[in-house]
Amino acid sequence: MAILLTQDTRVLVQGITGGEGTFHTTQMLAYNTQVVAGMTPGKGGQKWEGKLPIFDTVEKAARETGANASVIFVPPAFAADAVLEAIDAGLKLIVTITEGIPVRDMVRVKNALAQSQCRMVGPNCPGVISPGIGKMGIMPAFIHRAGKCGVISRSGTLTYEAVKQLSDRNIGQSTCIGIGGDPVNGTSFVDALRLFRDDPQTEAVVMIGEIGGSAEEEAADYVKKEFKKPVAAFIAGLMAPPGRRMGHAGAIIAGGKGTAVEKIKALREAGIQVAESPGDIGATLVKALKR
Amino acid sequence: MKIHEHQAKEILARYKVPVPRGKVAFSVDESVEIAHNLGGYPVVVKAQIHAGGRGKGGGVKLAKNENEVRQYASQILGMQLVTHQTGPEGKRVLRLLIEEGVNIRRELYAGLLLDRAAAQNVFMVSTEGGMEIEKVAAETPEKIVKVHIHPSTGFQPFHARRLAFALGLSGAAFKSAVQCFTAMYRAYEDADASLMEINPLVETGDGRIIALDAKVNLDDNGLFRHPDISEMRDLTEEDPFEVEASKSNLNYIKLDGNVGCMVNGAGLAMATMDIIKLHGGMPANFLDVGGTASAETTAEGFRIILSDKNVRAVLINIFGGIVRCDRVAGGVIEAVKKTKISVPIVVRLEGTNADVAAKMLNESGLSFVVASDLTDAAKKAVTATKA
Repeated sequence: MAILLTQDTRVLVQGITGGEGTFHTTQMLAYNTQVVAGMTPGKGGQKWEGKLPIFDTVEKAARETGANASVIFVPPAFAADAVLEAIDAGLKLIVTITEGIPVRDMVRVKNALAQSQCRMVGPNCPGVISPGIGKMGIMPAFIHRAGKCGVISRSGTLTYEAVKQLSDRNIGQSTCIGIGGDPVNGTSFVDALRLFRDDPQTEAVVMIGEIGGSAEEEAADYVKKEFKKPVAAFIAGLMAPPGRRMGHAGAIIAGGKGTAVEKIKALREAGIQVAESPGDIGATLVKALKR
Repeated sequence: MKIHEHQAKEILARYKVPVPRGKVAFSVDESVEIAHNLGGYPVVVKAQIHAGGRGKGGGVKLAKNENEVRQYASQILGMQLVTHQTGPEGKRVLRLLIEEGVNIRRELYAGLLLDRAAAQNVFMVSTEGGMEIEKVAAETPEKIVKVHIHPSTGFQPFHARRLAFALGLSGAAFKSAVQCFTAMYRAYEDADASLMEINPLVETGDGRIIALDAKVNLDDNGLFRHPDISEMRDLTEEDPFEVEASKSNLNYIKLDGNVGCMVNGAGLAMATMDIIKLHGGMPANFLDVGGTASAETTAEGFRIILSDKNVRAVLINIFGGIVRCDRVAGGVIEAVKKTKISVPIVVRLEGTNADVAAKMLNESGLSFVVASDLTDAAKKAVTATKA
């Protein structure tokens, strides 16, 4: 059994009529994802590409189609509102792809999530894929293989790089989670590790971190305490100059904190195998499995 | 986004955070006029650059009369001000803040920022004002008092009182501090700030609390809500290549090495810099061309990378997922034909139609070095710089 996105996940697409929403809904359907509805305020009652019903509100979409999860392709100015609506409608899983949501909005969203039963992945992320079951997001499905390795990452294309290295070595994936590159996100490394700990299918985990914040250090603490499955990691940004935002809003060394060196040290002290090179992520997991 | 001290104080003043009276000046004559209009001496002449430590570098002077204002303003305007935050080359001073002198009894510190791990804002105060707060945090962490602000309640009077009591304030100064902190938090939230630092926050001889210095950084993602603040961006403070790149929605950061990098995605772009270093080279830049990597963005990327004269080779690393590699290859070929490039170009394309793309590059008649994977690409790029 995979985590987050399983056979029971019925997906709503918020922002389905936009360019991104339309393109990626087509891709998700092509991967046999159970996409059941779309939502764009003002377009309720129409059909998307003649295939899926469109609703004005998340609440109605959930009630009429049994949607229990949502993937959000809504522009940054309206994204927090979209997430809050999905939480209010009682959805269990939200995957927010949108990049550029103000931190002030995310602090409010995070607080609303804490008071709900909902889990959010993202924002500013490629999404979630459970190979063989479906995908909620924008990742290229064909590089994935179904299997036993979980993947958690703050990045997009670097995750694809890691996944390809795994697939090339015949290591399939249970679920790959892009937790996103923003300073405040719905699901942390620790949250994702907890889910993988309780998933019998997952036998090992690859973690892709980067400079900024302390999420990797917290993950290291957690692994030391109660995560028994093998973990391999890579941290991007050894060469990043301090004080500069490296593309992702959350990738910044601030006040001398959040460097790659510190993170690698914390991970190694927790017994995690850390790849020196981004070209060796797959090989490092193989090494971790042998120990 | 960073802004100048005088702009930060302008925002703070809108929310009734007490700041000294003063105005920005772009010339010596303007400085003298502003000083005159303040109606008394001493006045402070402060260099405005996007860096801290200006006082130690000679960028802040107390002028006792008009002649001194003239003298200091002409000294500081146009100087290359070197501080611990500017690097050895310093930053050219193009504007000054002329403001009234303040009778200081005590120098304090107040700061607001996001605690990422808690996903809450944290308000910090310290009695150790005027020092670098990182130093205080490292040496005497007990002298920093932190109050987390829960998003469901927002900033409450008790938060303000806790902060003011922690600073040992009483009487008029206590009341003034409570008002000041409340106003600071409103300004921070309303403006979508990512950092607000008042160092020093001073208690005056007559028991008032004033923001003597001010640093405010804004969350770039929140700027769309603040056209007035967006206009405060000072392009002269930024690297001209980076400004140029941002106009084409490219994320470029200049570094000191000689391997130019063009990558799609921020994480992969950082990892590409790291792997170049690992194989004995030095990256010349960080450049994320975004998810799509079209012919236009590739051409623009080349233009920006090659405007850096240190670049001896270019490494293109694209993981084509949704975007097809043959399209990217087409874009690269077109851009190279147009741009006339004299340095070696190492190309690594992975993902959808990567084999077709490799064939296109090999048959283009152009001298690309085609790499098979990330490690191979890094090795070939580093070797190319040594040729």
